[in-house]
Amino acid sequence: MRPLNARDSAAPPRRDPAPSRLAYRLHRLWLTPLFRALLRVGLPIVALALAAGFYLSDQARRENLQAWLAEQRRAFEQRPEFMVRLMAIDGASPGLDADIRAAVPLDFPLSSFDLDLDAIRSAIAEIDAVAAVSVRVRPGGVLQVAVSERKPAVVWRGQEEILLLDGTGHRVTALMARAERPDLPLITGRGADRAVPEALALLEALAPVGQRVRGLVRMGERRWDVALDRNQRILLPEDDPVTALERVLVLDGSTEMLARDISVIDMRNPERPTVRLGPGALEGLRMINMIELEEGTANQ
Amino acid sequence: MTELYSRQRAMRNMRKAALQRGVIAVLDVGTSKIACLVLRFDGPERLAGEDGVGSLAGQSTFRVIGAATTRSRGMRFGEVDTMSETERAIRTALQAAQKMADQRVDHVIVGFAGARVRSYGLAGSIDLEGAAVSEQDVAQVLAACDMPDIGEGRDVLHAQPVNFALDHRTGLLDPRGQIGNRLSVDMHMLTVDGTAVQNLLRCIKRCDLEVAGLASAAYVAGISTLVEDEQELGAACIDMGGSITSISIFMKKHMIYADSVRLGGDHITLDISKGLQVPMSVAERLKTLNGGAVATGMDDREIIELGGNTGDWEHDRRTASRAELIGIMRPRIEEILEEVRLRLDAAGFECLPSQQIVLTGGGSQIPGLDGLAARILGNSVRLGRPLRVQGLPQATTGAAFSGVVGLALFAAHPQDEWWDFRIPAERYPARSLRRAVKWFRDNW
Repeated sequence: MRPLNARDSAAPPRRDPAPSRLAYRLHRLWLTPLFRALLRVGLPIVALALAAGFYLSDQARRENLQAWLAEQRRAFEQRPEFMVRLMAIDGASPGLDADIRAAVPLDFPLSSFDLDLDAIRSAIAEIDAVAAVSVRVRPGGVLQVAVSERKPAVVWRGQEEILLLDGTGHRVTALMARAERPDLPLITGRGADRAVPEALALLEALAPVGQRVRGLVRMGERRWDVALDRNQRILLPEDDPVTALERVLVLDGSTEMLARDISVIDMRNPERPTVRLGPGALEGLRMINMIELEEGTANQ
Repeated sequence: MTELYSRQRAMRNMRKAALQRGVIAVLDVGTSKIACLVLRFDGPERLAGEDGVGSLAGQSTFRVIGAATTRSRGMRFGEVDTMSETERAIRTALQAAQKMADQRVDHVIVGFAGARVRSYGLAGSIDLEGAAVSEQDVAQVLAACDMPDIGEGRDVLHAQPVNFALDHRTGLLDPRGQIGNRLSVDMHMLTVDGTAVQNLLRCIKRCDLEVAGLASAAYVAGISTLVEDEQELGAACIDMGGSITSISIFMKKHMIYADSVRLGGDHITLDISKGLQVPMSVAERLKTLNGGAVATGMDDREIIELGGNTGDWEHDRRTASRAELIGIMRPRIEEILEEVRLRLDAAGFECLPSQQIVLTGGGSQIPGLDGLAARILGNSVRLGRPLRVQGLPQATTGAAFSGVVGLALFAAHPQDEWWDFRIPAERYPARSLRRAVKWFRDNW
């Protein structure tokens, strides 16, 4: 019988076209889709992760890498096209302009990456005289600040200080003295700043006696008194003060009530307007009454 | 019997699983070559025609994506002779096919010609209980067939019901739902040598593959080569392989008989080798290039160099005329065809309405064979080539590949076999539940 085992025979075996069992199995494994995906995607990822992990396992290398990254980042940010050289402020009076520049202390030139526009915007918006602000970096390296200023509407004499308020009652700026803004009406009293729109409506209604108005006084944080010269006062109700004031003015138009010696016109109860006479008028009234009394007894 | 039933059933389930995955391989293990196709199933047919008939008679559900052929090794008469060699040859074919398909294949349907096929006709009948025939009745009538003595160590390869008869009406293809009193069935059973099949299955298993079906080469060559009317009216397919010539007779689209002659192309080669004193490889080349079945006057003048490398000038310069070669081949071809004739006569082939004979297989490519076969087998002989299937490479469309193409068709549309029907309830081996119920009824 011929040797069954090819290894025992001296002649080298002929090349076998058949794949070995191992080659066959490996080929089948390679044709398995999951294995293939694992090898083609998973293996490179794992190898890269291992290489990166090995490289970063050294502290010095890690620091070098961080420093290099920071340097690259800084160099990029410092490129001239990103630099901001000046700040332009639109719509602000010279005083406000100075205030804004003081509130946003930036020393130009500066990279636009270092500008925190939100912080700048809120810093400017915190200035009382600023109603609205928009901040942007304009091409050409200009930090453009567009401001709309608050318009002072009234002077409020508060407890400690004299303030300018705008139409909504927001503080615009502080004044050293009332005389600095004689053109604006004066309001006073605690809580007056919270009712400025109402005060403005009243002041508008008071236009016919404009010269005589000295100011409005907020009473008890709920209603207004109109202070006129000659120490006259109009006490207005809490509700619908403008109508009440208009009634007083109509009365004034027909009877010239305000020109008389009346110290207080009390409109707090609209059903029952009351007037308080001045001291001279009271004396006169009493004398008239006495005379009428005497005449009456004489006639009897 | 139930063991076979469960094994065949397991193979059917494997085939279903493979179809679900979409890729299956078919492997034709022959004596001279091993052919492997990798099929991809794309689900429902995309090329369906408008009139309800699919293209290629519904066979276009799959596409061949890998094909490989290799010389067979370690096979004799269609059976495994040297297992390691056969395994290597199967591995070669499978790896090449997988490489072409670029896809891994786990399920394979195997066809083989050897293992001494033997064909039996079975009949069975039952009285129907209900009015209409149910699936259960079909299973019962199939189980009622009397089992012939198939011999020790033989296995059933195919068991196909070929005809149903209901009372006096016969020739029913599907009796289900019809009304009658007595249902009878004719079944065709094909048995093979069990050990040969076991050896082949072992080779496949050593290649890490799951067997999803087994088929006889005679059967699959018939379904790929015979056209529809031939299958319907009656025809014989003669697959002339390397060392086995398989015969299958089809009638009404069912195989009704199969047999094999243990003679084939290798015997012709051997005769040439002996007669002309040349090595087998040279003889094979002479047969395929210069062979023929009918000699003419021209062939006397055609001189063939036989060659040789012994160093002896006289020996290496021998020549033979083509007529001599044909003279060696012809008696062997006649012998094969006469053997086939005997088998056909034994099967009663002359009683069929149409007696078409189709020659296929590698051996059928000998020039002049059809004329010779017509003289021996009968007038209506033609040479058959396998059905065209999608994606089949040009190199594998020849007559030698009718077996593997037939396996592909078999994989796509297997015929209903006995084990595709449910086991009749009373045949279940696990009767314990019923017995338990009976015990309860008797004792309580």
